[in-house]
Amino acid sequence: MNFPLLSSLIILPTIGAIFILFGRSSTNYNSAKYISLFITFTNFVLSLYLWYTFDKTNSDFQFVEERIWLEGFINYKVGIDGISILFIILTTFITFLCVISVNSTVQNRLKDFLLAILFMETMMIGVFCSLDLVIFYLFFEAGLIPMFLIIGIWGGQRRVYSAFKFFLYTLLGSVLMLVAIISIYWMTGTTDVIELYQIGIDPRYQNLLWLAFFSSFAVKTPMWPVHTWLPDAHVEAPTVGSVLLAAILLKMAGYGFIRFSVGLFPIASEYFVPLVFGLSLIAILYTSFVALMQEDMKKLIAYSSVAHMGFVTMGIFTMTSQGIEGSIFQMISHGIISAALFLCVGVVYERMHTREINKYGGIISVMPRYAVVFMVFTLGALGLPGTTGFIGEFLILLGTFKVNFLVATIASIGVILGAAYMLWLYRRVVFGEIKNPEVNKLTDLNRSEMLILSTLAFVSILFGFYPDPLISTTSASVEGLIELFTTNIKIYTASNL
Amino acid sequence: MMNLDLIFPEIFLSLAIMSLLMIGVFKKNSEKLVYNLSTIILVILLALVINLFSIDETFVFNESYKIDNLSIFMKSLIIMVAIFVMISSFSYVKSLNILKIEYPILILSSILGMMIMISSNDLIIFYLGLELQSLALYVLASFNRDNILSSESGLKYFVLSALSSGLLLYGCSLVYGFSGSTNFTTIATTSSNIEYGVTFGLVFIIVGLAFKISAVPFHMWAPDVYQGSPTSVTLFFSALPKAAALTVFIRFLYIPFVNLIEQWQTILIFISLASMLFGAIAAIGQLNLKRLIAYSSIGHMGYALAGLATGTNQGIQSSVTYISIYLVMTLAFFSCLFMLRKKSIFYEKIEDLSGLSSNHPILSISLLIVLFSLAGIPPLAGFFAKFYIFMAVIEQSMYFLAIVGLLSTVVAAFYYLRLIKIIYFDDPKGKFETDHYFGLKVTLAISTGILALYFIYPGILNELVSKIIII
Repeated sequence: MNFPLLSSLIILPTIGAIFILFGRSSTNYNSAKYISLFITFTNFVLSLYLWYTFDKTNSDFQFVEERIWLEGFINYKVGIDGISILFIILTTFITFLCVISVNSTVQNRLKDFLLAILFMETMMIGVFCSLDLVIFYLFFEAGLIPMFLIIGIWGGQRRVYSAFKFFLYTLLGSVLMLVAIISIYWMTGTTDVIELYQIGIDPRYQNLLWLAFFSSFAVKTPMWPVHTWLPDAHVEAPTVGSVLLAAILLKMAGYGFIRFSVGLFPIASEYFVPLVFGLSLIAILYTSFVALMQEDMKKLIAYSSVAHMGFVTMGIFTMTSQGIEGSIFQMISHGIISAALFLCVGVVYERMHTREINKYGGIISVMPRYAVVFMVFTLGALGLPGTTGFIGEFLILLGTFKVNFLVATIASIGVILGAAYMLWLYRRVVFGEIKNPEVNKLTDLNRSEMLILSTLAFVSILFGFYPDPLISTTSASVEGLIELFTTNIKIYTASNL
Repeated sequence: MMNLDLIFPEIFLSLAIMSLLMIGVFKKNSEKLVYNLSTIILVILLALVINLFSIDETFVFNESYKIDNLSIFMKSLIIMVAIFVMISSFSYVKSLNILKIEYPILILSSILGMMIMISSNDLIIFYLGLELQSLALYVLASFNRDNILSSESGLKYFVLSALSSGLLLYGCSLVYGFSGSTNFTTIATTSSNIEYGVTFGLVFIIVGLAFKISAVPFHMWAPDVYQGSPTSVTLFFSALPKAAALTVFIRFLYIPFVNLIEQWQTILIFISLASMLFGAIAAIGQLNLKRLIAYSSIGHMGYALAGLATGTNQGIQSSVTYISIYLVMTLAFFSCLFMLRKKSIFYEKIEDLSGLSSNHPILSISLLIVLFSLAGIPPLAGFFAKFYIFMAVIEQSMYFLAIVGLLSTVVAAFYYLRLIKIIYFDDPKGKFETDHYFGLKVTLAISTGILALYFIYPGILNELVSKIIII
């Protein structure tokens, strides 16, 4: 058997966390910081190596590891295909940057914070790797614990409320998914995703099972009307918490939609397309309008996340290769850009201790470098050609036009609204006269901030001009998924004639 | 045929209790000696019981006493937990000045009662064991006799428990009257043609047993008794008698009354749903940790009963798994409680936990693990306990029970989260002492270790439990 690359990706952060937990350095946090830097960097390199050795022309699962876990019942099974590998790289990349930025953003109990981030990384990678429904559920739910603590311990004023809301909302959503997973086991005798792809699930039960999975993913995405936990969680979470939440946690749901909802329940997915389109459109338009009205920078970006994820869900359920590839691209792009935007907000928040847009204005004259990077991400978020944001939205709209002209037209309005709120945010924060004397005291980006933000800007522009590495990685697997989907639909319609 | 080596553990324990009594009476100041000796006796007993494992189903005493995998598993579980209860509560018992020779002896006799209950295959033997167990518990509840709450809880427990024993006995007599036998196996064969008398008896017996495991609507005694008793006794209460009573539940439902499944299944589903929901909702407003754990244990019993309500072997096994993990969680939680000590006063209010994490990181992380495990969040052991239960429940297509049960875990998660919030998010209030008795630390380390690492190899428990085949 080959070297268990995926399992080591999953377990490495936990090993690091254990070292930090039992390493006795209560006053000096340096060792904890170096350990976590080392671990997350190794993980990032490992994941890049994974990408390098990954066979892009093959739509099957690769690097599959299987171990007996519960005798004759559930096996520990991990593996990746073109869809999941990008999310793994995103996770390791963003976590690495988070650990670098922790230095300046977290003052108290740094050791515990690093512990939480490392545990979080294990869970997130686990979600994207697992090829067994029960293992997936385990990782999916376990991620709640560190995030709850991150929001609750290091959060802002209403942190307790937000942490509880986050935890209970997501738990409530996931509970039905557990019922569905167990039901699938009793129907088919397995929870192995690859086997389930082949066996297929009885069309009579697909609708109910789809809804059960949907309840969990819709909360996590978040889709309108269960999105209300997200603005609260984002606003109260510390900067790094917001970054992890926006960049990776939300992607778990999008990934879940592709892998499980579309893959396991094709007939139900087809049936529920109008529902998803409807909710996505509401999310795109409604939350864009809400974002226009926000006075809090973080809240504005949080609502824009809901709108962007609306595009993602819409793209997935077009069931076209453009739509799904666009959704994956959009998720990666949103992962990079929203992470960067939250970091940008974090930069000024640490200096001014306010996130109110009105308190800023005219910071271009005191923080020119900041103004430049912030502009890159603003343009990325509104989907300017040349940034990753454009390619994702463009592909999604392309796929949607193929399926439903009306929906695509309405969604395009969302693009305009997105430009409106992002540009308005940028204008109010960066341009204009300096009204608040505090702004004059601001200092420009320091070296580590510059490093992190320019890396993100570079990645965003690089893949904006040259998206091929990402698209070519996903395309074979997406084609495979769509083929599976269409054959299933054909068999079903043939049997109903 | 008499086969005395099968009941050698029971004989050994009875002799040991008597000799301990002699030592205690004739030797001055022998409290500590008796306490330690009884711990050693439990260890020997554990070895004796485990020695019998994977034996074929055997009867002793004219088919009135049964040794099978279920009884051996539950006995070893109870004794194992009892050893840790003894080790972890030693310092507590000592500093509360209730270290008298009677204390360990009462615990041992209560364990003897449980062993008899677990193995019984006859109404009379069962009742004998039950009463031996309960009588010891009444005294233990009021053991801190200078404390008015403790005396009250002992009295309350005695009165209400005696009432339930009365109901149970009445049920037994009805069953005997209509089926003509006290032997479980014989009752099973005669009760196949449904007699209303037997059904009545069954209902009374279920009520009595539900009382013993404090399931809703027979739970009223639990919060007061839990709060009033000395914490070491509360630990004993909330762990061992429940395991024993649950085993008896399994025996009653699946041996003599297995043909009446349609009658008792509805009752059990109701009790189980009511316990889960009530346990989750009523715990939200509690201020005392012991009271809170009382309500939480009511909820947990609801889940254990949900497994029994399925009427399958899978269900029984899931209940046994559930109770095993529940015992470990209880042990871990109370070990944490024993550590909340300042100048030999033990704190048990929720607000005393405020900001615990800044001064006691290790204790807080243990509590974090225990509480998330109690809430059933993966990857901790508590999740697996619930997972098996719902596996069994959904196999029987009892979706209503499964969905309500899972929704009540979300409600229950709220009050566990509230505790975590107080420990981790609130401001620190003061320091507790950190010089704990060695046995207490070991207990905490082992129990939280099991909870946290259970997910690595969950098969161990499954293999053992899968040998329990009742029907």
